[in-house]
Amino acid sequence: MAVIQVQRKPLTLAERAYLPQIAAGLKITLKHLFAPNETLEYPEQRPAIPAGYRGVPTLVEDPNGREKCVSCQLCEFVCPPKAIRITPGSVPEGGDRDHVEKAPAAFDIDMLRCIYCGLCQEVCPEEAIFLQNQYSVSGYSRAEMVNHKDRLYELGGVLPDRHFKWDKKKAAEAAAAHGHA
Amino acid sequence: MSTLLARFFELPLFVQDLLKGLAVIAVVFPIASACSMAERKVSAWIQGRPGPNRTVVPWLGWIPVVGPVLQRLGIFQLMADGLKFLFKEEPVPRQVNRLYYVLAPAIAIIPAFTTVTVVPFGAYFDPQGKIIPLALSHVDVGILAVFAVASLGVYSLILAGWASNSKYPFLGGIRASAQLISYELSLTLAVVPVFLWINAPGTGASLSLERAVAFQSQPGFWGGAWFVFVMPVSALIFLIALFAETNRQPFDMPESESDLVGGFHTEYGAFKWALFFVAEYANMIVGSGVFILLFLGGWNPLPWVPLSALIGGLHHATGWAFWIHPAVVGLLSIAIFLGKILFLLFFFMWVRWTVPRFRYDQVMKLGWRTLLPLAVANLIAYAIGIAFIQG
Repeated sequence: MAVIQVQRKPLTLAERAYLPQIAAGLKITLKHLFAPNETLEYPEQRPAIPAGYRGVPTLVEDPNGREKCVSCQLCEFVCPPKAIRITPGSVPEGGDRDHVEKAPAAFDIDMLRCIYCGLCQEVCPEEAIFLQNQYSVSGYSRAEMVNHKDRLYELGGVLPDRHFKWDKKKAAEAAAAHGHA
Repeated sequence: MSTLLARFFELPLFVQDLLKGLAVIAVVFPIASACSMAERKVSAWIQGRPGPNRTVVPWLGWIPVVGPVLQRLGIFQLMADGLKFLFKEEPVPRQVNRLYYVLAPAIAIIPAFTTVTVVPFGAYFDPQGKIIPLALSHVDVGILAVFAVASLGVYSLILAGWASNSKYPFLGGIRASAQLISYELSLTLAVVPVFLWINAPGTGASLSLERAVAFQSQPGFWGGAWFVFVMPVSALIFLIALFAETNRQPFDMPESESDLVGGFHTEYGAFKWALFFVAEYANMIVGSGVFILLFLGGWNPLPWVPLSALIGGLHHATGWAFWIHPAVVGLLSIAIFLGKILFLLFFFMWVRWTVPRFRYDQVMKLGWRTLLPLAVANLIAYAIGIAFIQG
């Protein structure tokens, strides 16, 4: 194996005296003294959330203000820490949501168990559950740390829908019924 | 004003002295305690942080502009810290030697505040135009008194380390004693050229600090030059030894929290611990005061611009007799002196957050094998030079 001999130059008098180095260091620290602070003063200033951030899981409505979740319970099934509990219920008869058959009667996410893995968002066939930007979760009791359905919708709001899966399906069905009757 | 002054001079002498002493302590003690906040603020700013800025008290903090500024400067945090030190529980560890354990903080703070008495901090001119220095006591042994009393401070560290009866404080005490004794030699030798120079033959012998300032306020190029320009090596050695004597970084061997937990004050808490710190800052104040008097022209505003020239200039420019009133001159000179002290205190902190701590053997090597020979050589060179010039 080749050995590279590194030439160690003897220290010059200025280097051994150490004072020029201290002066240089003082110059650097003085520059930092007047430089703007790096600190983010948290409650008043908030960090910029990067795209794709996985915050608190929330339920969203479609742009027509309708509930997207169809209570399929895939998220409950996939959830590694078993933080999600869904009680399926029926959709009221005669509405414009008859086609989805089911809606959650109760939807609880226990934020003490949630590990923010995002598998629920990934698995959801309806794109109804999203991990959004909220990162600060606090409460005075264990019960308060469980997000119920109304709270989940409040946090989630409305997200733009890129697919309109059910609208497309209904349109296709209507077209098929019209064209091939 | 003048009736008040007349009343003051009618008081018995010891009451006058007591009031003067209290006035000085009323300035030194708050500066010493405010230094702890300044330390945190300077460290924060150098590290790109805002520092303590959240503590706020009711009413005072609600004053429109002043309150938020005080809050951002951490003044309320300083008050909170002080209250905490006063009111928190003070446990005394079981294994300590109680008498010496309690005595050590007192021994730390007494010399620190005693040295203040012999340090002149300002001056005014009497009707004949003669300069009268302001000091609590005008002693002729000046610098000798400072060194003699300040070196008593080392006993507090040794006593604290030993009385704690615990491993790390003991090591801290040993280190403190070795370091302080090593650097005291260089410190003392560094000021000898100054006193050789100001005790020219035929002027009468004096070790007073006032005379050092008087020598730096003379007219002419050499007369007005501060001694830091005339004796730069002395000033440098004195400054380095001052860092070591006040246990400041890069010489804070007695504490060195990374290898000695907390050094000599590991077993101390609450107000006793705070006393050690106020004593350390008081030592820094007095040390920088002596450095300013000896090398940075004392209460003279700028090199080659003595106080008398400043006063004369102001009087001439504005034509107000107000400027030559002794009280105004005195306050102005005190302000100049305090300003220089505050700058040096900032310098202490600035260096602390720049230079890492030396290893213990490096401290000893620097003290005995570099500074001491340098101080001796410097003394010999200046002694010969002064003998040629004055002899």
